[in-house]
Amino acid sequence: MAYSDKVIDHYQHPRNVGSFGASKEVAQRSDIGVGIVGAPECGDVMQLHIKVNQQTGKIEDAKFKCFGCGSAIASSSLATEWIKGKSLDDALKIKNTQIVEELSLPPVKIHCSVLAEDSIRTAIKDYQKKNGLLVEEPAAAAH
Amino acid sequence: MAPKLPIYMDNAATTRVDPRVVEAMLPFFTEQFGNSASRNHSFGWQAEEAVDTAREQAASLIGANAKEIVWTSGSTESNNLAIKGAARMYAKAGDGQTGRGHIITALHEHKAVLDPCKRLQREGFDVTFLQPPADGVITAKAVEAAIRPDTILVTIMWANNEIGTINEVPEIGKLCHDREIIFHTDATQWVGKMPTDVERDNIDLLSWSSHKMYGPKGVGALFVRRRKPRVRLEAIQDGGGHERGMRSGTLNVPGIVGFGKACELCAKEMDSERERLLKLRRKMEKELTAKMDVVQVNGHAERRLPHLANISFGFVEGESLMMGIHDIACSSGSACTSASLEPSYVLKSLGVGDELAHSSLRLSLGRFTTEAEVDFAIEDITKAVEHLRKLSPLYDLHNEGIDISKIVWQTH
Repeated sequence: MAYSDKVIDHYQHPRNVGSFGASKEVAQRSDIGVGIVGAPECGDVMQLHIKVNQQTGKIEDAKFKCFGCGSAIASSSLATEWIKGKSLDDALKIKNTQIVEELSLPPVKIHCSVLAEDSIRTAIKDYQKKNGLLVEEPAAAAH
Repeated sequence: MAPKLPIYMDNAATTRVDPRVVEAMLPFFTEQFGNSASRNHSFGWQAEEAVDTAREQAASLIGANAKEIVWTSGSTESNNLAIKGAARMYAKAGDGQTGRGHIITALHEHKAVLDPCKRLQREGFDVTFLQPPADGVITAKAVEAAIRPDTILVTIMWANNEIGTINEVPEIGKLCHDREIIFHTDATQWVGKMPTDVERDNIDLLSWSSHKMYGPKGVGALFVRRRKPRVRLEAIQDGGGHERGMRSGTLNVPGIVGFGKACELCAKEMDSERERLLKLRRKMEKELTAKMDVVQVNGHAERRLPHLANISFGFVEGESLMMGIHDIACSSGSACTSASLEPSYVLKSLGVGDELAHSSLRLSLGRFTTEAEVDFAIEDITKAVEHLRKLSPLYDLHNEGIDISKIVWQTH
């Protein structure tokens, strides 16, 4: 399969790799939102940590780790670039289709972009839950 | 000295044609281009003579008689002809009925064996698919336990195409001969690399292919035993009655000439090649497992082909690993189903966990592989795995002492 130049660039030089601490530590921190999506048996696991400024409500920093194909790595790397500096509401507006477009992902790799979008939502939800900001959505659509 | 890139390490998929083979083939395209079935002129006679020579060369590589060789288009066709042809010939009940006979095979066989068996299942035959043990080796004992009074055919590959494990083929053959059961082996990865003698090893039907042993693609052969017992097959392809009625169709003369030459070369060079490749494979396995943690060589430790290694690198995903080693041509996951996102069914049948099955490479060396290439591969693979582990959330969890298999993942 031929990868786009942008995917190859993110694969070779992933942005914002890392975490804000071990899984047990970040679970205790109210300024950190954690999103882990996917499963090893499906060949994709994405982990997104967001660090939120609790005064301004903006995402100050983001770090990712990804077990998955080149497109999955590129999607999560790109997601961290896009959400940094954004408010939670604006970050939630990022759609997987924008990631597909930016990275020129082929149809078989669309699930990678979906996973990246999910990791953003899950991390934000985790932050909101920790800070009592979570408004229960009526019957959220399941995947 | 730095090797020329890219490096070819997918010899279990196909091999480069040996230049000596190409040379032998060339006259048969433009000069001696006759149809070997043309009995009335010298063009036909020349072609027939060349095919006969190749038949001798192929037969001699496996200890058979030239009359026992049936030319085909490759191992898939040989397997189909052997399995369907034998089952339908020795069926205990007619077409459309049930209870036509019992067939034994194994779950980690090639699709070209599994799918013909599944078709026979739909046609009224019973099929037992043996579950391989964790080391991948099908033993005579395992086959013996599955034999029933109505067993008519056993088909067990000689060496596995993904992990290179070697089944107990001579022992299984003995067992089948004692019980008058037809024994077929898909020897595609074996013949030409390892000594083969269909008499000593008790084989009735044996499939192999030219392009896995430095010959051209599109040619294969099926050994069909002529005496003790004389094995009969129902043809699949009807037509001019070529190959003693078992496989109609004009012979691919240049291909067969090349295949014959390839057989001759393998017979001559097999012993030294095997030793050289085994050393290189061992070096590769030893260094990769020494340089990194959670690296697993799949399949039996000893009973494996000398030139093939299947290695899982924990916590990295196979496709991204392939992307990191783009200068090395090899296979990830199940070689023949790499287009799908499923992990290898062969590794899964051995009980290799999903995350390790997803992160496996099949590296297969060959006649043209050099030590410099092996050294390059070791370096390159190590670099790629280390890069991906820095990105891997699973490697972090592992280092935190968390058992990944115990986590409940949110699957989609």
